[in-house]
Amino acid sequence: MSRRWRELVAFSLLGLFALGVLVALGAVLGFIAARGAPALSWEFLTAFPRRGMTEGGIFPALVGTFYLVLGTVIVALPLGVGAAIYLAEYAGDRTWTRIVRIGVNNLAAVPSIVFGLFGLAFFVKALGLGVSILSGSLTLALLVLPLLIRASEEALRAVPREFREGAYALGATRWQVVRSVVIPVAVPGILTGTILAVGRAAGETAPIMFTAAAFYTPRLPQSPLDEVMALPYHLYVMATESTAFWRTRHLQYGTALVLLGFVLTLYLWAAVWRARIRKGKRW
Amino acid sequence: MVTVNAARVERTLAQGEDVAFGVRNLSFYYGREQVLRDVTLDIPRRRITAVVGPSGCGKSTFLRVLNRLYELTPGARAQGEVWFSGMNILDRKVDVVELRRRIGMVFQKPNPFPKSVYENVAYGPRIHGVRRRAQLDEIVERALRRAALWDEVKGKLRRSAFDLSGGQQQRLCIARALAMEPEVLLMDEPTSALDPTATARIEDLIAKLKADYTVVIVTHNMQQAARVSDLAAVFLTGGVMVEYDVTKKIFENPTNKLVEDYVTGKFG
Amino acid sequence: MTENHGRAPAVASWVGRRWGRAREWIARGVTWGCASVSLLALGLITVYLFCEGVPVFRTVDPLAFLGGKAWFPTSEPPSLGILPMILGSGLVTMVALAVAVPFGVATALFIGEVVPTVFRNPLKVAVELLAGIPSVVYGFFGLVIVVPWLEALLGLPTGQTALTAALLLGVMALPTVASLTEDAVAAVPNAWREAAFALGATHWQTMRTVVVPAARSGLLAGVLLGMGRAVGETMTVLMVSGNSPRFLPSLTSPTRTLTATIALEMAETPVGSPHYHALFAVGTVLFVFTLLLNVVGDMVGHRLGRHG
Repeated sequence: MSRRWRELVAFSLLGLFALGVLVALGAVLGFIAARGAPALSWEFLTAFPRRGMTEGGIFPALVGTFYLVLGTVIVALPLGVGAAIYLAEYAGDRTWTRIVRIGVNNLAAVPSIVFGLFGLAFFVKALGLGVSILSGSLTLALLVLPLLIRASEEALRAVPREFREGAYALGATRWQVVRSVVIPVAVPGILTGTILAVGRAAGETAPIMFTAAAFYTPRLPQSPLDEVMALPYHLYVMATESTAFWRTRHLQYGTALVLLGFVLTLYLWAAVWRARIRKGKRW
Repeated sequence: MVTVNAARVERTLAQGEDVAFGVRNLSFYYGREQVLRDVTLDIPRRRITAVVGPSGCGKSTFLRVLNRLYELTPGARAQGEVWFSGMNILDRKVDVVELRRRIGMVFQKPNPFPKSVYENVAYGPRIHGVRRRAQLDEIVERALRRAALWDEVKGKLRRSAFDLSGGQQQRLCIARALAMEPEVLLMDEPTSALDPTATARIEDLIAKLKADYTVVIVTHNMQQAARVSDLAAVFLTGGVMVEYDVTKKIFENPTNKLVEDYVTGKFG
Repeated sequence: MTENHGRAPAVASWVGRRWGRAREWIARGVTWGCASVSLLALGLITVYLFCEGVPVFRTVDPLAFLGGKAWFPTSEPPSLGILPMILGSGLVTMVALAVAVPFGVATALFIGEVVPTVFRNPLKVAVELLAGIPSVVYGFFGLVIVVPWLEALLGLPTGQTALTAALLLGVMALPTVASLTEDAVAAVPNAWREAAFALGATHWQTMRTVVVPAARSGLLAGVLLGMGRAVGETMTVLMVSGNSPRFLPSLTSPTRTLTATIALEMAETPVGSPHYHALFAVGTVLFVFTLLLNVVGDMVGHRLGRHG
């Protein structure tokens, strides 16, 4: 076999593998979309579940996920951006910085179920927050923190050196440089990271299983200390534990489609935005 | 082999000129690499002093010592003394924020902030505590007028600074520095990224600024140094200052053979 | 125009300067605090997992815990051996890697070296989306599509098997492998490729003999991190693996993993019981293992930086 032929065969094989990846993505998206779409309706999105969750909609789960994600962002965004500012602007290449970085890396690798266990032991029990939106949000915040730190640090580091020099040369202090020049330029990048974090937090189940999620609540949460229904947990219990789960498949497909649609829209948005930032640099 | 004609410079300066910067035995290192060797010179007030030399001779570094901007580079270290209005600015105790307020800088590549024209000029006054709108308006207009940019941008102060041409951006950066009412203006090859027309406008502007400011301009363009400067310091590779004199003298009759080769374009 | 007229910075009074300096220290302190939160969290996770996990050893000794073949946490006295789950997790993870590594590496090579630029970004986005699909959706998809399909295809009594979980985990770990490989491939200096081309190598030969060897540490890091992803994944395995804790798992029968055990049993366990502590001990085992994988992966990956 000539070298040219061998190359052609090898490339075709690589292409086939890559095609396989596309097929896998297409299969998941296609099946969920095709079977979930018929279940979608205004009522499905705005009604409570009825008759032991065999009819009705997913409204409380939507609201619960919204609260959980909101709480996560409120906690994690300032922490993440603050940490990124420290790493990118204040810390030199010192031992302490290296330790912090190792910490961030390892936190990112902790399995989500372990976050759930920790949330149960620490937020729910030790701090006495109970199974609540607050416990769930705090747990999820730790989970997305590394993601936010990395994205924000990358965005801060991408701010051109000339901007900093220009500001320093005018007699700005370090914080003034960061606040008035570096952060504004880095905002799009930080937002991209935030969108990804929202997508991640909205889709996670294991961390909220023991810390926030309820099988069913008859009304919407009244305070951050209430337990809530959440979209991913709702899908899990509907598919495996609810009464007559085989008869509510259409509702499950609908729930899966809503969750998938929401999360992937965010990821797609982030991907497009990032591409735009990289291309559209005006400096 | 340093043949600084110190006596001549001192004579020139002695004729009633104030010294803006008194540099004494300045050496500079990036890590272990030495980029300036034992530089000693006096930079007069309200004159244009050019620092010239081939690339890599340490002339930009020299400029960054004068406002301590070199500190942004990890591993950078300066030795010696640089006197500026009664203080040695290399002294740790010097307030760099105040120092940089008094010493403006213009960079090689125009580097306006990604803000409006107005906000760029107002940036310095703002960070130093000017809040009143009317006062800011006044400062911005005056700075833009001095930078000979006002007539071109007065209708578009709210537009992004990136909408300006390269030459306009550079004049905006000059205005941004002037808004601080500095005593000194450091210019690091301010026209190297510009076309000839824009360069000419900036050079005109520099000549006018001499009346109010001490200007130190780094350039590798010998013609530019000859056109705009009163005095010139020639640095050669290795960070050695080989000659410092009145510009005319350096170009017409340099003492040092290497300088003669350099200014006549035999190398560099 | 006098030089001092309206001199802006004169406003920067002594008080203002003082405040400015205080603000610098506050900013530095606050951001330092934010940066320390990650470390603090990691520390707290370690402490709480151990504190809640270690008491299990009052009931069962560590070797019997890790090596015990039976898991009957609710019988009297309970049997708390997690070896079946360790083997279950191990089997599922290994088979998942057998899927994720070839597909991930091939896709990364295809994206990084072969595909025309027009298709590069869409492919990259596709891989990112694959990483973005929530694990509960993978689990649901597995449950309603893959399980019946495998059941019919292989003629099994149930499609909820180790194989089902492994296939899905393979797809889920794939983006991790692909993205690290892609970074490693991108870090190979172009000059090396050009040198090979200049010697008359074909593109494929260049990839095989220059690019892949140079990127191998990044590739290995990708494999290790992908492994961590697969071991730690919960919802998918919980929903499709059948969750039957039998000793010596087989690919085509139901299997129980470490993660699934925690998720499945924690809700129904009385706080403070040996069972409760045993589940935390399982969490500790997972935590320590993934941490080790990550540390090794980091160390391997860093070697890439040295000639990158």
